[in-house]
Amino acid sequence: MTLLEGLTPVAPTGLFPYAWLLIVVPLVSAAILLLAGKAANSWGHYLGTLAPIVSFVVALALFADLLGRPEAQHAVSVPLYTWIATGSWSMGVGLLIDPLSILFALLITGVGSLIHVYSIGYMAHDPGRRRFFAYLNFFIAAMLTLVLADNYAVLFVGWEGVGLASYLLISFWQHKPTAATAGKKAFVVNRVGDLGLTMAIFTMLAMFGSSSFDAVNAGASKMSPAWVTLLGMLLLVGACGKSAQVPLQSWLLDAMEGPTPVSALIHAATMVTAGVYLVIRSHAIYAQTSAAALAVAIVGTVTLLAGAWIGTSKDDIKKVLAGSTMSQIGYMMLAAGIGPIAYPFAIFHLLTHGFFKANMFLGAGSVMHGMNDDVNMRHYGGLAKVMKITYYTFLMGYLAIIGTPFFSGFYSKDSIIEAAWEKQPVLGALALIAAGITAFYMTRLMFMTFWSSKRWAEGVHPHESPAVMWVPLVLLAIPSVIAGMVMNAWIAGWLAPAVGGEVPANPSWLPHLSLIGVVTLVVVIAGVGVAYLIFGRTSIPESVPFTRNVFTIIGRHDLYGDAFNEAVFMKPGEALTRGVVAVDSGVVDGAVRGSGALALGLGGGLRKLQNGYVRSYGLTMIVGVIVVALALIIGRLV
Amino acid sequence: MTALLVPLVTGAAVAYWICGPIMVAAAVAMILSRKAVYSALYLALVMVNLAIIYASQDAPFLFVVQIIVYTGAVMMLFLFVVMLIGVDTRGTLVEKVKGHTVTSVIAGIGGFILLAIAIGRGLVGPAIGVEAANQTYGGNVQGLAALLFGRYVLAFEATSALLITAAVGAMVLANVERLTPKFDQTARAKARIEDYATRGAHPGPRPSSGVFARHNSITSPALLPDGSVSPDSVSAVLVQRSGLADAVALAAPAKEAFAALDVAQGEDEEEL
Amino acid sequence: MNPNFYVVLAAILFAIGIVGFLVRKNALVVFMSVELMLNASNLLLVTFSRVHGTLDGQAASFFVMVVAAAEVVVGLSIIVMIYRSRQSANVDNENLLRY
Repeated sequence: MTLLEGLTPVAPTGLFPYAWLLIVVPLVSAAILLLAGKAANSWGHYLGTLAPIVSFVVALALFADLLGRPEAQHAVSVPLYTWIATGSWSMGVGLLIDPLSILFALLITGVGSLIHVYSIGYMAHDPGRRRFFAYLNFFIAAMLTLVLADNYAVLFVGWEGVGLASYLLISFWQHKPTAATAGKKAFVVNRVGDLGLTMAIFTMLAMFGSSSFDAVNAGASKMSPAWVTLLGMLLLVGACGKSAQVPLQSWLLDAMEGPTPVSALIHAATMVTAGVYLVIRSHAIYAQTSAAALAVAIVGTVTLLAGAWIGTSKDDIKKVLAGSTMSQIGYMMLAAGIGPIAYPFAIFHLLTHGFFKANMFLGAGSVMHGMNDDVNMRHYGGLAKVMKITYYTFLMGYLAIIGTPFFSGFYSKDSIIEAAWEKQPVLGALALIAAGITAFYMTRLMFMTFWSSKRWAEGVHPHESPAVMWVPLVLLAIPSVIAGMVMNAWIAGWLAPAVGGEVPANPSWLPHLSLIGVVTLVVVIAGVGVAYLIFGRTSIPESVPFTRNVFTIIGRHDLYGDAFNEAVFMKPGEALTRGVVAVDSGVVDGAVRGSGALALGLGGGLRKLQNGYVRSYGLTMIVGVIVVALALIIGRLV
Repeated sequence: MTALLVPLVTGAAVAYWICGPIMVAAAVAMILSRKAVYSALYLALVMVNLAIIYASQDAPFLFVVQIIVYTGAVMMLFLFVVMLIGVDTRGTLVEKVKGHTVTSVIAGIGGFILLAIAIGRGLVGPAIGVEAANQTYGGNVQGLAALLFGRYVLAFEATSALLITAAVGAMVLANVERLTPKFDQTARAKARIEDYATRGAHPGPRPSSGVFARHNSITSPALLPDGSVSPDSVSAVLVQRSGLADAVALAAPAKEAFAALDVAQGEDEEEL
Repeated sequence: MNPNFYVVLAAILFAIGIVGFLVRKNALVVFMSVELMLNASNLLLVTFSRVHGTLDGQAASFFVMVVAAAEVVVGLSIIVMIYRSRQSANVDNENLLRY
C-alpha cells in the first residue's frame, strides 16, 4: 500500500471548462424564481426541479470523464476568474473537480433532484411553494460552491451560502414564532463555527499567503507543530458548527421546524456533512498534528453517543431522525479523526447515510402527510398496512442504518468501527455501543410508527402519498440497499489518491468479516431485541409516560444542551450587555448630560450676577479696576 | 519764639488741617444722611471747603469759580431738583443685595489705597509752586486766560459748544410731548355748542346771582322775567350749605317801595 | 505744604464718593457722589499744578468744572423725566435687565 500525498490538478479539457454550469444553473433558477414573483407560481416548481436535474446530468458527465482518465489525472482544476488582485497578492475563484468533490457533487445534485421532485407534491398546498424552490435551488448552488471550490475562501463563500439557505428554509413558515426562532438559533450557532473557520483562513493567509488547497497542502508540513495544531482545532470548530457536533449541536433538533424536504436535504444528506468534507479536505493539516486529529475523533465519538442518547427519548419522529443524523455524522467525524486509513470510510458512510437518511426523512414526511402533519409518534401506529410503499421504503432505510448485513450501512459503519477499534480500543468500544443504541431507537421508531396497533386521533385517515412523492422514496430506497455492495470494492481506491489515504489490499463486494464485525452484529441484534421487549409486546402509551429513569429524562431534555448554553453563554452575555448598556447610559450619556448639566449649573450660578441693579454693576467695575491696577502695580508695570 | 513758629506753620497748613477734617466729615455725612436735602447741603459744605483749599494752593481764580459755579449754580440746581422730586422722601439704608455694603466699603478702602499709592508714586521731587507761573502774565487770572485762549483754545471752544448743547438738551428733555390735544378756547366753545345740540344744555353762562335793594350777595337767587326763581343762579355748594334764600322776601321791600310810590304818584295825579 | 497730604485727602474724598455711589439708592444722592468724585479729582489737578509749577492743572480743573456743570444739567433733567414717568427716584427700580 502506498501513501500518496494527494493529486496534482491538471488543466481543464473537454466538458470541464463548463463545470461552472453546475453552480450557475441552480443559481440563475433561484434568481428567476425570486424575481419573477407571483407570475411564476404556476410553473416555478417545474423550473426549480429542472435546475438540479441539469446539474446532475453535468455532474454525471464529468464523473464519467474522470472515470475514463488515468489515475494521475483525476484532479482537474478549472480556474474561473481573479477575485482579488492587489499588487503582489492575488486570490482567484476556481473549481477543483477531483474524486472527492465529484462524489459530493453527485450526491448533492442526485439526492437533491429527488427531493425537489418530492417537494412538488409535499408543498402542493403551500402558497409559498415557488419561494421554497428558489431557496432550495440557492442551497444547491451554495453547497456545490462549497464542495467544488479550490481554495478555502471560495469554500467559505459556499459555507455562508448554505448557512443562509438553512436559515431561510428552517424559518420558511415565518409566521410561526417557533420556526423563526429556530432559524435564528441555527444561524447564530453556525456563526460560532464560522468564527473558527474564518480564523483558520486568516491563519492560512498569514502563513502561506494563500488559502488555496494547493498552497495549504504544500505548506502544511513546513509549519511549526503549535501552529498546525491550532489550524486543525480552528477547522474543527468550524466543522462542529456546520455539522452539529458537540458542543455546537443545539440547533439541529430545532431545525426540524422547517418543512420535511428541507430536513431531508439539508439536515441529513448534505449541509451537515460539510463539516466532514472540510476535515477531509484539510487532510494535509491533520496528517501533521495528531493532537487535532485526536480531538476530531473524540468530538465525533462524544457526538455519536449524544445523538443516539437523544434519539432514544424523543416522540417526535423528525427529532428522532435528527438525533440519528447527529449520531451518524459523529461516526463520520470519528473516521475522519482516525487518519488516512479511515478517510474513505468517512466519505463512504457519508454517501450511504445520505441515501438512507434522506430516504427515511422523506418517508417521515410521507407519514406526516398522511397523518395531517402530526409529528408525534404516539399518535401513529399500525401504518404498515395502510401506507405500504412508504412502509417498505422506510424499512429499507431502517435496515440500512442499523447495519443489517449486505445493506449499505453495514459496509460503511462496520469499516468505521473496525478502524476505530484498531486506532484506539476505547473509541471503538464506544462506537460499538452506539451502534446498539442506534438499533434500539430505530426499532422503537418502527414499532411506534408502523408495527404496533393504531393510536390514531379522531378524523385522521392515513393514506398513501401521491406518486410524485413515493417515486423518489423508491428511487432512494434502492441505493439504501445496494450502494454499499456496489461501492465497497471501489471507493477506497477511488478516493485514496485525493485524500492521501491508503489503498486497501483486496477490496471486494463481500463483507469483510472480522471479530469486530461479529460483535457489532450481536450488539445490534441485542438492541433490536431490547426494543422489541419494551415496545413490541406491550401497547405504547398515547401520552408521554412519567419516568424516573435518569437517562430518559436527560435524553428528553436534549442532554440539557440548551440549558448549558443558556447558563454558560447567554446569561453572562446578557449580563455583559446590561453592563455595557449601563456604562453607556451612565458613564457616556452621564458625561454628556453631565457636561450639559454643568453648563446649565454654571450658567444658573453666573446669571445671578445680572441682578439688574446698576449699583452692583458699578461695584463689579470698581472691583475690577482695583484688581487690574493692583496687578499692574505689583507687576511693576506702572 | 514766633520767629521759630512762623516757618513751621504756614497758612496753607492751617487751612488744610481745618478744612480737611471738615470736608471728610461732611462727605461721610453726605453719603449717610437719609434726607436728600441734607446730602445736598453737606456737599455744598464740602465744595466751599475745597474752594478754601484751592485758595491756599495759590489758585484764587478757581477759588472764586468753585464757589460761584459749583456751589452756587450746580448745587442749587441739585436743590431745586430735590425739591421737585420729593423733599420729603426718606431713603432707607436697608440693602437688598446681599453683601453689597461690605463689598462696597472694601472696594472704597481698596480704591483709597490704590489711589494713594499710585498717585503718590507720581510725586517726584519737591513742589515747585505756582508763584513764578502766576507772575508770568501778571497774575493768576491773566495766566489762566493766556492758557485758555492760547494753548487750550480748541478745548475752550469745544467746551462752550458742549454747554450750549447741554442747555438745548435740557430744554428738549424737559419738553413733554402732549399725548392728547390741548383743550383750548376754541375746543371749549365747540364742546359747549355740541352739548347744546345733543343734550340741550344751556350754551351760555349761568345766570348770575340776584341783585336786590338790600341784598346783592352771591347767595341771593335771581328772578326770571316771569317772577320765578332761577335755580342756576346760586352755586350748588352754597345751596347745600345754607339753603336757598327766599327771593320773594328779598324782593318784598322793593315791591313795597314801588307800591308806596305808586300810591303817592296816584295822589299827585289826582291832585292835578 | 507737602503735596502728599493733598493726595491723601483727595484719595479719601474719592473713596467716599465711590462708596456713596455704590451704597445709596436715591438717584440724586448717587449723582452727588459723582460730583464729589469730580471735586476730588479737581483737587488733585490743582495740587499737581502746584507741584509742576505750571498753570495747566488749574486750566484743566476749570474745564472739569465746566463739563461737570453741563453734565449736571442734562443728568438732572433726565432724573426729572424719570421721576415724572415712574413717580420714584430709586435707582433700584430700573432693574429690567436682570436675569
